[in-house]
Amino acid sequence: MEKIIYMDNAATTSTGKAALDAMIPVLEKDYGNPSSLHQLGQQAADLLADARKRVAACIGAQPDEIYFTSGGTESDNWAITQLALAGAAKGKKHIISTAFEHHAVLHTLKRLEKEGFTVTLLDVHQDGIVRVDELKAAIRPDTCLVTVMYANNEIGTIQPIAEIGAVCREHGIPFHTDAVQAVGHLPIDVQKQNIDLLSMSAHKFHGPKGIGALYCRRGIRLTNFIEGGAQERNRRGGTENLPAICGMAAALEDACAGMEERSKRIAAMRDRIIDEVVQNIPYVRVNGDRQKRLPGNVNICFEGIEGESLLLRLDLEGICASSGSACTSGSLDPSHVLLAIGLPKEIAHGSLRLTLDEENTEEDVDHLLNVLPGIVSGLREMSPVWEEMMKENN
Amino acid sequence: MAMGYSEKVRDHFANPRNVGKLENADGIGEVGNAVCGDIMKIYLKIDGDIISDVRFNTFGCGAAIATSSMATEMIKGKPISEALKLTNHAVVEALDGLPPAKLHCSVLAEEAVKAALADYYQKKGLPVPEECAAACSGDCAHCCG
Ligand SMILES: Cc1ncc(COP(=O)(O)O)c(C=O)c1O
Ligand code: FES
Repeated sequence: MEKIIYMDNAATTSTGKAALDAMIPVLEKDYGNPSSLHQLGQQAADLLADARKRVAACIGAQPDEIYFTSGGTESDNWAITQLALAGAAKGKKHIISTAFEHHAVLHTLKRLEKEGFTVTLLDVHQDGIVRVDELKAAIRPDTCLVTVMYANNEIGTIQPIAEIGAVCREHGIPFHTDAVQAVGHLPIDVQKQNIDLLSMSAHKFHGPKGIGALYCRRGIRLTNFIEGGAQERNRRGGTENLPAICGMAAALEDACAGMEERSKRIAAMRDRIIDEVVQNIPYVRVNGDRQKRLPGNVNICFEGIEGESLLLRLDLEGICASSGSACTSGSLDPSHVLLAIGLPKEIAHGSLRLTLDEENTEEDVDHLLNVLPGIVSGLREMSPVWEEMMKENN
Repeated sequence: MAMGYSEKVRDHFANPRNVGKLENADGIGEVGNAVCGDIMKIYLKIDGDIISDVRFNTFGCGAAIATSSMATEMIKGKPISEALKLTNHAVVEALDGLPPAKLHCSVLAEEAVKAALADYYQKKGLPVPEECAAACSGDCAHCCG
């Protein structure tokens, strides 16, 4: 296996040159603590302020609306837990979300349910998109938070964020979105889209891992999730991970510059994969809306085979992919996302997710499309499920 | 490779032995179900007391394919009495171990072999040995729950 073809960019991305170039000097010489009053500290404080300004600008926010965190998971936990607490203080203990959120959101909601909150999970329908009128219908006088992901991490579907934001604004309900898969990949403007809180994570846009941010609109009272020192304007204690923060700012700026052109090229590869698979391989299902999806996301179920063996066979061909099968999730059930769009379990087990990126080439796609039909038919040939399917159809 | 599969598991996954079906098999065993994500089907050819040939078909993860492959290797050309003693632990050991989440696949492999042997005895109108009894109930929770 000479070359690795990485098509798992929704899991994480490579650390880009922009991030590395920004981080290395900070690691090497700007080791000061931004809270220190001496020159080294103030130098670090300047870098921090600059990074904050640049991250804010990329999503149409103000610098003092950005809080650096350890990543998407922390941002989600912070936003949801603290807004729920604020709601409870006013006697409001109802939260609206969707059935296919990331576990960082779903598990946080589950904990809140145990603490006496009521959670309504909106249907995401077969196309993987929530309906704004269903959101309207779900709103109650005691709703204290709406949290709907910007784009789904498995099937890539993009939600009507601006419309959801408008409805929430009209009802005076804070709106949080887990935009971990969207930031750096889709144009975002928190003002125009009526977003009150937003989670992002640097390693999904060629930044370093373990760093992210929570955007929280001025005027929304955000209480502390992590207590400690006076960092992040007294909101999140802990000495800042300055090298990572600088890497994140550089990576995000880089991702946002030339986004349109880049996504066009990536979406063309995505569509070519989907079209050719649908054309050349029988008994497949494309998961999620074909248009309203992330430029790099391909998610297809191959009936009669199991996803982990499919992805391991692709790995033997040098292609890195992922699957929502139970075997890969390490639990008995296949992905909750695929079940949420109504797939039967036996079909959900056969899912394959390929997430492309600007580093992929048409040659990568050629190689994939060359090997995939053979791998699928090879696995089907040894599958008793496939045998049964073929018997029933004859 | 994924989830810490051993070299042997990788080999049996990449080059599974004894894949296929047998026409006029003397015993066929199928266990598992598609809802939980694993099905194994084993075909036996039996000459006198000896398992002269064996094939498998499997729908499942890398470990499911590797354990099926290894289990068939372990009983091929062996007397029935030996195949009856096959345990999932022996299959796991022969593969240099499996990740804990994948142990149920080895259980399935053992049960597929036993189910095929049970089928052989039934077809012959003979009493089914006790060792074959623990076959898959079709209720995934009983194995994977
Ligand atoms: C939609 C979504 N939310 C949250 C996360 C968690 O982000 P992090 O890995 O930065 O904690 C991820 C990525 O794994 C994600 O895809
Ligand atoms: S039916 Fe799933 S392991 Fe037995």
